[in-house]
Amino acid sequence: MENIVVVGASLAGLSAVRELRAEGFSGSITVIGDEQIRPYDRPPLSKQIITGKLTASEISLESPDEELSAEWRLGVTATALDLAGKRVALDSGESLTFDGLVIATGARPRQMPGSKLRGVFTLRTLAEAEELRHTLTEGTPRVVIVGGGFIGAELAASCRSLGLEVSVIEAGPTPMGAVLGDVIGSGLAALHRNNGVNLLLGLGVEELIGETEVRGIRMLDGSTIEADIVVLAIGVVPSTDWLVGSGLKMDNGVVCDASCLAAPDVVAAGDVARWPNQLSGEFRRVEHWDNAIRQGEHAARRLLAGSDDEKILAYEPVPWVWSDQYDRKFQIVGSPAGHDEVRLVQGTEHDERFIALYRKDRHVSAVFGSNQTRKVLAYRKRIQDRLLWADALAELDQAPQPASV
Amino acid sequence: MEIHVNWGMCEGNGVCAIEAPAVFDLDDDDNLIVLDETPPESQRKPLEAAIRACPKRALKIV
Ligand SMILES: Cc1cc2nc3c(=O)[nH]c(=O)nc-3n(C[C@H](O)[C@H](O)[C@H](O)COP(=O)(O)OP(=O)(O)OC[C@H]3O[C@@H](n4cnc5c(N)ncnc54)[C@H](O)[C@@H]3O)c2cc1C
Ligand code: SF4
Repeated sequence: MENIVVVGASLAGLSAVRELRAEGFSGSITVIGDEQIRPYDRPPLSKQIITGKLTASEISLESPDEELSAEWRLGVTATALDLAGKRVALDSGESLTFDGLVIATGARPRQMPGSKLRGVFTLRTLAEAEELRHTLTEGTPRVVIVGGGFIGAELAASCRSLGLEVSVIEAGPTPMGAVLGDVIGSGLAALHRNNGVNLLLGLGVEELIGETEVRGIRMLDGSTIEADIVVLAIGVVPSTDWLVGSGLKMDNGVVCDASCLAAPDVVAAGDVARWPNQLSGEFRRVEHWDNAIRQGEHAARRLLAGSDDEKILAYEPVPWVWSDQYDRKFQIVGSPAGHDEVRLVQGTEHDERFIALYRKDRHVSAVFGSNQTRKVLAYRKRIQDRLLWADALAELDQAPQPASV
Repeated sequence: MEIHVNWGMCEGNGVCAIEAPAVFDLDDDDNLIVLDETPPESQRKPLEAAIRACPKRALKIV
């Protein structure tokens, strides 16, 4: 393998490039990215970039002394993949041949009708975050956020710290309840309300109101809510449009095998990649920072392994994600989605510090903590080692009978 | 090998302690503790993993 092309110049792509070099790959590496700038960190976009604690120059992902000897083609979009001819077509009219390809095009925000109205934002890129900050700090706009997931919740916290009036509309009965369960979700709801967020639960959005500029939102129940700024935080869709017709299998992401291979000499990593995690039994995409690094590195090694069976390893991580909201650092290790039981093992969902364990079948599938980083992270290795629910409870002196919540 | 922590950047999320438990730990208030500021060469691989995984880019080998 002489020549590797990486499409997507962000965390997963950069991590793949670093690992290729760390593994001694000395051929050429070309990175294609449709944003104009070198890789930067997205988590601060909903937090410190909005509040002004960090500026664009402080969130670069590369260190100044880093030498990766890669060619960066920025502001260029990949438009098609020819698998048989091993070529990637670019919007500049060129096409690049490759021996190996890393697909790391991530995801983009889900839109809804009316997203084009002035005053309607999504939050994925630095350009969007800077524009949003600019608008939020001009006067005192009334902000409505659609979606109470991580990004919606973080943004609500950031708006409150700017002193703005903010509402969050969430279709479920509690924020993040579908994943975390409604007990933890109700703790999150109380946290937002105590911090002055107007939290509207169990409400579906019918449409955005306005001719050229957004004026508000009409709800499915017929009520309306006024807004100067609307932020859509209703999830993301994988960026796979450029792969349509390539012959790669796509189904809510680029479908990979357990080792992150999508086709011979083609790997995928980060938010765009869907693969069977043999440890958790899940077949999904993971849209978190830590995964973009680990999977980017894994995919790079997989590419270099070629058809050498001894070097082909399954990618089976225990996901880890954090979310900073108000004075809280939430951490989740594992996959709480689809759990059979949740149990608070320290504190309650209304405390500043608490820990909840999630059970799936006989195992601990995930741990959620509020301001309990150390204890939560300690579970990561143990979930990797298939920690049994009964053992986890016994250690904590908890009665084993399921008090289902 | 000497490890340098940018304390202004570190937010105590402890990822480094997972990657290199012989070098890093967190205290009960989730502040980072460096157990060994001049770790032996045998710690290079875990240390490099910790540096890569630190979300704040707060770690460096000097
Ligand atoms: C506001 C915000 C806050 C977040 N906070 C957290 C957090 O607190 N904790 C956490 O764990 N995770 C967080 N995340 C998630 C984390 O940032 C992502 O999981 C991570 O960025 C995924 O990296 P990636 O490289 O796979 O994809 P991306 O970062 O999406 O990068 C993909 C890149 O490819 C480019 N691209 C797409 N299509 C093409 C094409 N056809 N040609 C060329 N280039 C293309 C895109 O423009 C983009 O630059 C947050 C994300 C956002 C947006
Ligand atoms: S991983 Fe980085 S930010 Fe987290 S505790 Fe370690 S040094 Fe600090």
